[in-house]
Amino acid sequence: MTPQMPQQAAWSKCPGCEEPLESGDLFCGACGYDLSVVPEPPRDRPTVVIGAHVDWPEAPGADGSGRPGTLQRSGEVPGTDSGGRELPVAAVRFDGPDAAPAVAAAPPPFQEPGAAAQFGPAATGGAPAAPGTSPATGPSGASGSGSGGFEPTAPDPRAAGHSGGHSAAPPPGAKLCVACRAGHVDPDGYCENCGHAQPRERDHMEQELGSVAAVSDRGLRHHRNEDSFAVSSTALPDGSPAVIAIVCDGVSSATRPDDASAAAASSANEHLLDSLPRGTHPQQAMHDAILAAASAVNSLAAEPGAAMEHDPHRHQNAPACTLVGAVAAGGLLVVGWVGDSRAYWIPDDRSGPPARLTEDDSWAAQMVSAGLMSEAEAYADERAHAITGWLGADAYELEPHTASFKPDRPGVVVVCTDGLWNYAEAPEEMAQVLPPDAAGRPLHGAQVLVGHALDGGGHDNVTVALLPFAVPRQGAGSA
Amino acid sequence: MANFSKSSVPQFSVEVYQNEFLPEGGREVNAIVTVTSTGGGTRGGVPLTGASASPASIPGQRTDAAVVVMVDCSGSMDYPPTKMRNARDATAAAIDTLRDGTAFAVVSGTHTAAEVYPGGGRLATADATTRAGAKEALRRLSAGGGTAIGTWLRLADRLLGDADVSIRHGILLTDGRNEHETPEDLRAALDACAGRFTCDARGVGTDWEVKEVTGIASALLGTADIVADPSGLAADFTGMMENAMGKEVADVALRLWTPVGAEIAFVKQVAPTVEELTGRRTEAGPRAGDYPTGSWGDESRDYHVCVRVPEAGVGREMLAARASLIIPDPAGGTPRPLAQGLVRAVWTDDMAASTSINPQVAHYTGQAELAHVIQQGLDARKSGDFDSATAKLGRAVQLAAASGNEDTAKLLAKVVDVVDATTGTVRLKARVTEADEMTLETRSTKTVRVKK
Repeated sequence: MTPQMPQQAAWSKCPGCEEPLESGDLFCGACGYDLSVVPEPPRDRPTVVIGAHVDWPEAPGADGSGRPGTLQRSGEVPGTDSGGRELPVAAVRFDGPDAAPAVAAAPPPFQEPGAAAQFGPAATGGAPAAPGTSPATGPSGASGSGSGGFEPTAPDPRAAGHSGGHSAAPPPGAKLCVACRAGHVDPDGYCENCGHAQPRERDHMEQELGSVAAVSDRGLRHHRNEDSFAVSSTALPDGSPAVIAIVCDGVSSATRPDDASAAAASSANEHLLDSLPRGTHPQQAMHDAILAAASAVNSLAAEPGAAMEHDPHRHQNAPACTLVGAVAAGGLLVVGWVGDSRAYWIPDDRSGPPARLTEDDSWAAQMVSAGLMSEAEAYADERAHAITGWLGADAYELEPHTASFKPDRPGVVVVCTDGLWNYAEAPEEMAQVLPPDAAGRPLHGAQVLVGHALDGGGHDNVTVALLPFAVPRQGAGSA
Repeated sequence: MANFSKSSVPQFSVEVYQNEFLPEGGREVNAIVTVTSTGGGTRGGVPLTGASASPASIPGQRTDAAVVVMVDCSGSMDYPPTKMRNARDATAAAIDTLRDGTAFAVVSGTHTAAEVYPGGGRLATADATTRAGAKEALRRLSAGGGTAIGTWLRLADRLLGDADVSIRHGILLTDGRNEHETPEDLRAALDACAGRFTCDARGVGTDWEVKEVTGIASALLGTADIVADPSGLAADFTGMMENAMGKEVADVALRLWTPVGAEIAFVKQVAPTVEELTGRRTEAGPRAGDYPTGSWGDESRDYHVCVRVPEAGVGREMLAARASLIIPDPAGGTPRPLAQGLVRAVWTDDMAASTSINPQVAHYTGQAELAHVIQQGLDARKSGDFDSATAKLGRAVQLAAASGNEDTAKLLAKVVDVVDATTGTVRLKARVTEADEMTLETRSTKTVRVKK
């Protein structure tokens, strides 16, 4: 990978812990933050709100009641790009030569290291928190090669240590174990020498699609990634772009949580891709997409589970997951969710207030909203993360929450699972972690956020989608 | 599961029951490996599936089994005289059960071994004529002499070794202790015969040594039992021979592959009986070892495998063992794996997941302990340590009741008075017949499967 020039000179404080820095520092003296991966300092970018005009009818209030919004007819939304021109059909770009599918639900079979571009450098196998593995381990055999669509920007300082392992490249066609580097991998995915499970497709996934990007990682403490995401873009009937990000978190105590999250993310995404171009109001579309995702997860319960012999004590629990989605279309920002996965609004101009756009379906949130506990107390409780709403056949009553916003300034929507927000709960914390240039480099921004969660301990699967939201420039609507 | 069924090979399937979740720092992985063989046997209760029924399983069309019956003809067999008569009748009944075409021979055992039928170092092929001839020869059997079981086994091995068959089996009947050779001689004979043929062993009356008979069956991968009343011999021999005739594939081994740095803590068969296999490993390539299981008909057996793996961090997953069934290739090539199952280890910080014990593992851990405490209890009782005997047999009563092992519970109730089975409170019976005590000891390793 191309080493990045340290840019510490531009920083007076560590972006990780606010510790003052000295010029020439490569790492923060306090927290060890790798300053070589810190993005460029923000350029002066004045916020432009005056005169931004969108002719979209007022969306229903963000009351969270889940009531569907009104139908939006096609042709009502004028769409222009920031220069005032008609928007092109959103360009689609994949991360690597293997063209990660738009939906993460159908990963290709295991690829040998070196060819799998979607295995990113932030994968966890060689992380310091995983004792018992050799230093050269890690599922990141791909970080040095094969990356066609983007330059891996290494949010994870550990990635640098991986390059040493690549010199021992396996002979073509042979899969060497990533854990011991000595044994070959049996067809069932375990090393014939040390027995260690090989990284799976889903252990670390990255996708960048035009202006939206997502990264998902297994984390450091879970043996598989039960999160899933989908990012995509389409066009409204008038040709203006609609960008979609969906993030789902499988419920670990249920059967096949990984299948549940993948099914939910892909079916919600497909539903939006289908309904938005037909002119359905985005809020209505989001509502319906959550229902579609719910029925996709429900149908998993009926299927006979694979490899049930290993999970007999989990048999009785229907597959379940959370969902959070965001759609940016025509000056409107629509979020929808069930469960405790969240969306945050971080304005590009950090002087403006960041905000959390979702309200958890969780025990802690209920305690707080009922006034029984303070937020600090509630989230310190071991029951904090018990969710009270989810997608799945055993959900009591599905109540999709949707909300519409009409931001008056550009910003980035952070769509994430609790694997991230546990390490940046408050909107202000999230804003601090998010690189200032996230709107322009969403994949990098998502990598940095995932890296933040892994640095914090990576106790859960971590999934982040970044959805930049642009406000048409001054005069765009009045020309 | 791949279908490797060929003309005379039943289908094997492997299922693994385990809790794969280990706590941080956990190293010990326990699993119950259930091996089921179907489709080949002649008396299976399991319906045949697919087109795996083999023509070779039709009685009368095969010549690929050989059986040698070894009858104790030592002097003690005449006390009472019914014993010898019953042994003759039982052997005749067993011969009647032989499938046409099966190679067989009858050996009389004293301090030496002698061929009774057909003689000349050969085996006869079962048909109406040879069966009648064998029964005629049995009438000439008489009691007299000592007991040296090793010589009987060596003769059986010579006879069976010449036969061009796949299933080689012996049936051994004794009524007394192996007094006319040293235990080392018997051990040497068993070592020489192990893996060459399988053998069921029966003790008739109560003057024989339980550990000798169970040791023979264990070494030669057969069954052991007591026939306290000689009149029950015929039925028992018939059953044994039917069982032998049901065997379809011999020399099956349980192959365990384990990763680098892992060690097998133990391997034991836990159903239908407890049989320690740990020490019977033969290396089979890198990181793999074979454990003998003998010959299989239509049946299902359970194995408890305990592997100690190198510690790995929370969130890691590894293969702790790969269990497969191996039979030798008749052409001498690489052995064929018949089926396999995976034993996994996943480290988690979820205490609920890592602390739960798989019900199968728990059950068979209890069954193995049951066999062990019965043995300990009876040994203590024999040596006069009644406190220890009461404690051990009380624990046995408790385990048998909790696991639903009713047969063993009944046998225990003949040795102790059960006050409260749930707590394992018992009193030793003042008078226990030798037959009851020996029956309990011989059958202590019999287990039951998990209640569904």
